[in-house]
Amino acid sequence: MASGSNIDALGQFTLHRSLGALGASVNFTNANTMMLVAGALILGTLYVGMRPKAMVPGRLQALAELSYEGVLGMCTDTIGHEGRKFFPFIFTLFGFVLLGNLLGVFPLFFTYTSHIAVTLALALFVVLLTTYVGLRMHGLHFFSYFVPQGVPKALLPLLVPIEVLSYISRLISLSVRLFANMMAGHVMLEVFGSFVVMLGGAGLLGLFPAGLSFAVNVALIGFEVLVAVLQAYVFAVLTCIYLHDAVHLH
Amino acid sequence: MTDDPAPPSPSFEARLRAARDRQGLDPAGATDAAANDATAGLSPWGIGARVGVEMVSALVVALAIGWGLDWWLGTRPIFLAIFVLLGGAAGVLNVWRLFAPRDGGPGGMG
Repeated sequence: MASGSNIDALGQFTLHRSLGALGASVNFTNANTMMLVAGALILGTLYVGMRPKAMVPGRLQALAELSYEGVLGMCTDTIGHEGRKFFPFIFTLFGFVLLGNLLGVFPLFFTYTSHIAVTLALALFVVLLTTYVGLRMHGLHFFSYFVPQGVPKALLPLLVPIEVLSYISRLISLSVRLFANMMAGHVMLEVFGSFVVMLGGAGLLGLFPAGLSFAVNVALIGFEVLVAVLQAYVFAVLTCIYLHDAVHLH
Repeated sequence: MTDDPAPPSPSFEARLRAARDRQGLDPAGATDAAANDATAGLSPWGIGARVGVEMVSALVVALAIGWGLDWWLGTRPIFLAIFVLLGGAAGVLNVWRLFAPRDGGPGGMG
């Protein structure tokens, strides 16, 4: 919120305690509240949407079926037929990130995916899971993933650390991409929103640029919706690609 | 989901694709290129941001490991220098993975 004449673009990411005294005792923040809201919305949409079990789906059922089939298609196309095993995980991840991004577009709602702590935790979970899946399916043979084929033996001491670094860097790239996209979008919204207020209050001369900033903000909201869906999709697809690598080892 | 007698029916997309293939409506290989990688559907700005994130993240991980090793072993600049170079190489490898043809292209090494 713009306080006085300076723009406080990062104040919107502050965590507050919520849920009163009960929340304070366990440090329950507004981010946690939004996570609960997102989870409840996903479960509610799927439950209410699938209850009619109609042959010709209504809107909610179509939404539920489309998201189910879309994510299932993503899993099977990217991972292969083993992808069905990972479908619940990918669907949960996709739904959680998507709802976090989308709910953040609404005014006064907190965007929990704009915190690196949340995205890093998600990415850490993904990387640990892919490593576990690889070890579980291939045993110690999994480490051949770090040894590129068809290169001279003399180069291996150089190439294996590079491969390992590339593997670990997934953690950073996966989390920073989502976090940076969400945070940058919301900072832009905040800055242009502050322009509207400050210029609008500056008299007649400021009205035109204020209107311009408002138009930019309207366009940015649309763009934010696009980014929200796209980033959730990218997060899920990259998880699928990493799982594919762990399952097929190449 | 205890028993699942019928094999799962192929999705509508799969059946449509099979039907189109039978009729010869899609040129061969057109579907492969579309579903290639995660850069599909991204704007040039999006691709640029992805490449930047991939390169920088590898470098960040390498810096952290190199600095940590130096701090642990007390060999201040050595591991940092080595790992910066390795991290840069890993970043380029990440970008290569991003644009390389997946699954058995002749030049693919991953």
